[in-house]
Amino acid sequence: MELTTIWFLLVAVLFTGYFILEGFDFGVGMLLPVLGRDDRERRVLINTIGPVWDGNEVWLITAGGAMFAAFPEWYATLFSGFYLPLLLILLALIARGVAFEYRHKRAEASWKRRWDQAIFFGSLIPAILWGVAFANILRGVPLDAQHEYVGGLVDLLNPYALLGGLTTLGLFLTHGAVFLALKTTDDIRRRAGTLAVKLGVGTAVVAVAFLSWTLTIRSSAAAVVLAVAAALALLGGLAAAAARREGWAFTGTALAIALAVATLFAALFPNVLPSTLDAAGTLTASNAASTPYTLKIMTWVAVIFTPIVLAYQGWTYWVFRKRIGVRNIPQH
Amino acid sequence: MDALDVARWQFGVTTVYHFLFVPLTIGLSVLVAILQTLWHRSGNERYLKLTKFYGKLFLINFAMGVVTGIVQEFQFGMNWSDYSRFVGDIFGAPLAIEALVAFFLESTFIGLWIFGWDRLPKRLHLAAIWAAAIGTNLSAYFILAANSFMQNPVGYRINPDTGRAELTDFVAVLTNKVALITFPHTLAGSFLVAGSLIVAVGLWHVIRNRGSADTGGYRFATRFGSWVVLISSALVILTGDIQGKIMTEVQPMKMAAAEGLYTTESPASFSVLTVGSLDGSRELFAIKIPYLLSFLGTGDPNGTVQGINDLQAQYASQYGAGSYTPIIPVTYWSFRFMIAFGLAAAAIALLVLWSQRKGRTPRSRWLLRAGLVMPVLPLLANSFGWIFTEMGRQPWIVFGEMLTRNGVSRSVSLTEVLTSFTAFTLIYATLAVIEFKLLVRYAKAGVPDVAPQPADDDDTDDAERPLAFAY
Repeated sequence: MELTTIWFLLVAVLFTGYFILEGFDFGVGMLLPVLGRDDRERRVLINTIGPVWDGNEVWLITAGGAMFAAFPEWYATLFSGFYLPLLLILLALIARGVAFEYRHKRAEASWKRRWDQAIFFGSLIPAILWGVAFANILRGVPLDAQHEYVGGLVDLLNPYALLGGLTTLGLFLTHGAVFLALKTTDDIRRRAGTLAVKLGVGTAVVAVAFLSWTLTIRSSAAAVVLAVAAALALLGGLAAAAARREGWAFTGTALAIALAVATLFAALFPNVLPSTLDAAGTLTASNAASTPYTLKIMTWVAVIFTPIVLAYQGWTYWVFRKRIGVRNIPQH
Repeated sequence: MDALDVARWQFGVTTVYHFLFVPLTIGLSVLVAILQTLWHRSGNERYLKLTKFYGKLFLINFAMGVVTGIVQEFQFGMNWSDYSRFVGDIFGAPLAIEALVAFFLESTFIGLWIFGWDRLPKRLHLAAIWAAAIGTNLSAYFILAANSFMQNPVGYRINPDTGRAELTDFVAVLTNKVALITFPHTLAGSFLVAGSLIVAVGLWHVIRNRGSADTGGYRFATRFGSWVVLISSALVILTGDIQGKIMTEVQPMKMAAAEGLYTTESPASFSVLTVGSLDGSRELFAIKIPYLLSFLGTGDPNGTVQGINDLQAQYASQYGAGSYTPIIPVTYWSFRFMIAFGLAAAAIALLVLWSQRKGRTPRSRWLLRAGLVMPVLPLLANSFGWIFTEMGRQPWIVFGEMLTRNGVSRSVSLTEVLTSFTAFTLIYATLAVIEFKLLVRYAKAGVPDVAPQPADDDDTDDAERPLAFAY
């Protein structure tokens, strides 16, 4: 396999990992005002992701770094072209990250309420905008022959991209609810499970519509198979959620996200950012890539360190595997 | 004002801001790990209290470092896309490795450490803070290797077809002599900040809460922090000296700009301060130390230090017409502020140690005030050090290869970059106030009680408690 293909796959894997992991973080953040009826319940929700959200976010930083190292043209064009959406994502992630750490640092209700809002909007905005961004990557954007973005903000807010935003929003909400049903006890667990099914049904409709639309824009045999598998995984996850098989439900929504992201990347390949104007402007895995020497070094680094990272991150989840409930929250 | 100016201001502001939190994170992670190790070794509760106390301050600061760091990684692509295209083949690799090797380690083990009290076996919990500290310190290496490429590009060639820089020797990039010396200099500067914070907070409690049961702990912390400050200031000077000589060799213009030395001199003197014309080109009054600049730059008191005018002429013939001179008042004063603020912190640390000699308890209000401003001093020294090193590289973004003005994103409009600059400034300013107030609040609250936790009413089996700590 060519090195550029390997790195295309690795970037896809990193974003997939990011969306699976921070997907449920975002979900939990957005469900904070819905499922957390009082401060103690909200603390239960936050603490389900407390030890892991920061590590989850590093998947994004690594994905960004990998993109920069392996496909500098892609990184440069995409990040400068999608300037304002990325700015909003950054502001959201700043507010949200600080909120997790600062929320419990003072007892006043007004203090906590503000940070709760930061967590809610800080989760909601990226949950939508990542979908908008990836849908635009797949659909293609106006790039001139020098691969420079020549569109405006309005070009990014097309109906297909907005449906993409709705899809990630729905997927992350469902995934978050399923995660909460898996990680909490008693009443919150029950409510999260019920909500997961409701959210999931709506999400399934939106996701199927989005993936079908995707396949009409660009497609490949692999993309079709992956899209069907994504839909099936989501439905399987929902059935499991309805049957209160929470572990299976979580596996289902995690797989659905993974397969949906895989569908986009499979449909995109070998392009990385198609141009809607000049075909010469299209960025591909080969014309956006770094030199083989850089890719070779990066491959070695990835081969050595990725298993180590997966091992200790996996172990963290094992350490904090227990469910938590209202009675487990310390007073202070 | 155009998009380029605003993009430069934004990069400057967000980077200096980010680096207010990073030195504390780098230094305190290790110092807290040392305190916890002391507790682990001795079983003395005093160290456990200090670990938890300074650990809390560390975490308040850590969150800010994390979230402002994401901006840094995105900003290269968002605002400096032509720079990213030009150097991506080289510059992206250390950034990606930093994330994969260092950030994962740091973030995952910080989570384990925060939530792992009583949940993890003690040794493993101690290992978690060390892993996080190693990750934090390691991250500094990779990002400094990337930055050093901008100061002194090595291990690359320019592809004549694409005009892009391509990596030819990755080991050369990682062992760039600028990186090898900047790394220890930055770490030492970071420990200067962290040590100062430990002293400031400890001293406040020593003086204000005389006779409290925890005074012994604060006294220990104060002395511990003072020694950290003294040792790291010695290391800062040592590494800074070597760095100066390397800089004179690879970026002679930066050394000339540090002194505002317009004509080549041998020997060259160093001015402690200069009052000059506004553009910095004419000197009205100065206090000078003879031979010092020659010694700083070359190691020889009679060594030749090239002047700005000669270098400017040399660069103009080498790279084409244009100005290759940084803004001299900025480089001149930031260089001096860096040194002065760093030395001031070391001087206060000496005073603090002296005030506690042979078991004495300091009472001086002046010492208390000096102690309180202490952490600000090395923080300013760090900021000015970075302002000097980055402004001294101008007009280059990659020395000798790419001008800063050619690296900016062409597709980002003035409106867009003004929007982001305003947004970052507002959110950063708000968070700075919140963070500072929280730090003061928790610093004042003092060491926590670490009495053994009462048995939980709800859970019969202690091992079943899923949360030892909760947000």
